[in-house]
Amino acid sequence: MLSRTAENLYWLARYVERAEYLARTIEATLRVTALPNAYVGKTNEWDSALLTAGAAGGFYTHYAEADERSVVDYLLFSTANPSSVRNCIENARLNSRAVRTALTGEMWDAINGAWIELQETWRAGPMTREQLARFLRFVQEISLRFDGSAYRTMLRNDAYWFSRLGLHLERADNTARILDVKYHLLLPEKEHVGGPLDYYQWTSILRSVSALTAYHWVYRETLKPWLIADLLILNDSLPRSLASCYGNLVRNLDQIGVAYGRQGPAQRHARGIRNRLEHSRMDDVFQRGLHEFIQEFLGDNARLGEIISTQYLN
Amino acid sequence: MATAFDEMHGPGGELRQAYQELSRWLKELPPDALEYRRQEAELLFRRIGITFAVYGDAEAQERLIPFDVVPRIMSAKEWAILEKGLKQRVKALNMFLRDIYHGREILRAGLIPDDLIFRNPVFRPEMNGQDVPHDIYVHIAGIDIVRVNAENFFVLEDNARTPSGVSYMLENREIMMRLFPDLFARHRVAPVERYPDELLSALASVAPQSASAEPTVALLTPGIYNSAYYEHSFLADKLGVELVEGRDLVVKNEEVLMRTTEGLKRVDVIYRRLDDDFLDPLTFRPDSALGVPGLMSAYMAGNVTLANAVGTGIADDKAIYSYMPDVVRFYLDEEPILKNVPTWRCREPDDLAYVLEHLDKLVVKEVHGSGGYGMLIGPAATKAMIESFRDKLKHDPAGFIAQPTLALSTCPTSTASGLAPRHVDLRPFVLTGRQNMTVVPGGLTRVALQEGSLVVNSSQGGGTKDTWILDEDA
Repeated sequence: MLSRTAENLYWLARYVERAEYLARTIEATLRVTALPNAYVGKTNEWDSALLTAGAAGGFYTHYAEADERSVVDYLLFSTANPSSVRNCIENARLNSRAVRTALTGEMWDAINGAWIELQETWRAGPMTREQLARFLRFVQEISLRFDGSAYRTMLRNDAYWFSRLGLHLERADNTARILDVKYHLLLPEKEHVGGPLDYYQWTSILRSVSALTAYHWVYRETLKPWLIADLLILNDSLPRSLASCYGNLVRNLDQIGVAYGRQGPAQRHARGIRNRLEHSRMDDVFQRGLHEFIQEFLGDNARLGEIISTQYLN
Repeated sequence: MATAFDEMHGPGGELRQAYQELSRWLKELPPDALEYRRQEAELLFRRIGITFAVYGDAEAQERLIPFDVVPRIMSAKEWAILEKGLKQRVKALNMFLRDIYHGREILRAGLIPDDLIFRNPVFRPEMNGQDVPHDIYVHIAGIDIVRVNAENFFVLEDNARTPSGVSYMLENREIMMRLFPDLFARHRVAPVERYPDELLSALASVAPQSASAEPTVALLTPGIYNSAYYEHSFLADKLGVELVEGRDLVVKNEEVLMRTTEGLKRVDVIYRRLDDDFLDPLTFRPDSALGVPGLMSAYMAGNVTLANAVGTGIADDKAIYSYMPDVVRFYLDEEPILKNVPTWRCREPDDLAYVLEHLDKLVVKEVHGSGGYGMLIGPAATKAMIESFRDKLKHDPAGFIAQPTLALSTCPTSTASGLAPRHVDLRPFVLTGRQNMTVVPGGLTRVALQEGSLVVNSSQGGGTKDTWILDEDA
């Protein structure tokens, strides 16, 4: 297929995934900030939402202070933020138009329908809490529809595989980013262990990757910081864990390699990361330092993106 | 201007044969049913994303072409005449182009003045003596047809470069079949759906000799900001070929290659929806970022076929248009089946004098204009507009032609105040491949939605209709 088509499919999937992640981040933050201070301490949760969205730098060129109003506006609706949900949907549609021939009708409809609704129903402006909640649900449903359509209707060929690469690379990045911002909560210092403050923070982390229920099913325990880390990093039955993303990245890259009769640096690099995740135990990770581990992972993940670009998309 | 011929009711008000069933059906219809279906159709168009961009209109970056749900119907007999005439016309266009870029017998016979060719900006000297596969220049032609009475069809314009609109022909039919299955069941409408197959086989049939047995075809688009982008992606999808932009292609060793995830891959036939000027910055406009550097060298080496060929603009130029009846006679030794609209060539002093005297009655067109821009419709124009055209004409007579204001035929159209006659034209698409020519029965009917308006161009607020050719006459 055309390199440009593959690139568009790859980015299309990334934009859709990112929009969903941002919506979840806002949703989780709204929940935490609705709690009385006694339960969550004095940290600025909106600041931390900006950090997990990787948008803090741009934000402060437009706003002086991070509060609900400004962060919601910047992460969801701002046209000045290249990664705002609005821009993600705009970009997803631009990419879709450019690769319509590679999309099924259902996928196009999911994106184009969302874009039309965004224009007609969700023109910017102050929203009530209730409207905001509906908007966040709307955004999450876009990715459900888009993904579901891709899964159910696409031919299993390179178009599908490249789109999955975008999805899993973005997802791994998002999960790693939230860990990067919240790692200190998962490496609890003595005075905080199990305290009520952290409990709600942990819940919030799990919510932003839609893993709260999953946690209970997997561990059948009350929330334990090290188990949360284990779930998000090493447990490959959780779709948003780093291990699961890398299982999928390796699988899709292998399929491309087989179809093209050629393996390359992307396959090797992804397999390297997957193997490291497979052979790690949480104890070792904590011992070496969770923060360092996550930092290294973020770098490796970004590098895989670059390698895929050089190998296939240019 | 005479009263227009109505295709449903005829000159005496009698119901014409082809419309009998439609008329019965309309009478059975509840009053708001058409409006309801119209809204449904609009919703479908928007969901599918069948939009076009209007240049210089930032507000409405993507607009819908209004769709009228009342079909235009023609009998098999009427179509048979049209089809024959269209094939004759396109055949002559191809022979004319071959001649202009080779022996130029038509010039030596004195039928067309030399300077009309050689001083014409759309004439491409690069094509002199250049052979194209099977002498086909115009693989896809869109011939604009108007009618003024039951018997006569006129060609209003030949489009031999990159005619657009065929996606509307196909999508209009799809949507009509979804909205009005009952109406289809009561007619025998000739299908149009095989157009993409016919197009693909025509394109494959003109692959260069150096191509493999299964030539690679690609559709070249200027990109998503082009007004016809939807059509480009729609056609690429139906054809099952890659939709490429200039940056996807690269020329090496006089071959055109596309950048794929598996490396570079040769392209044999390019259905290009990009004007000559933008094809290759090395040969044509150096500032074109849309084209492919070196494309012309690959083309000249015969390693890639461009459809349509480079330089076809000289055949659909409005100044050349007036000579088309002679062109048909010269190459085919036949009388033209489709008439030309009488045309005054303002470059000729007698014609100019007449035109200047009758500006308020004529339609004046720029020789190189298109899309309904830069045109004067005398009877509808203000004094000031007429005077400004008078100046333009005196300043550059050769840049204009003039035609009588034709009473374009009308078809019943759904309007705010119920069904009413509106003026229409028709653009059928003629495909020419190595083995045969095909015209899919029907075409794109454009309709001027404003009462009394004669301008059907979508850029000027025109709409479209589904065009039905009845398979057999009852």
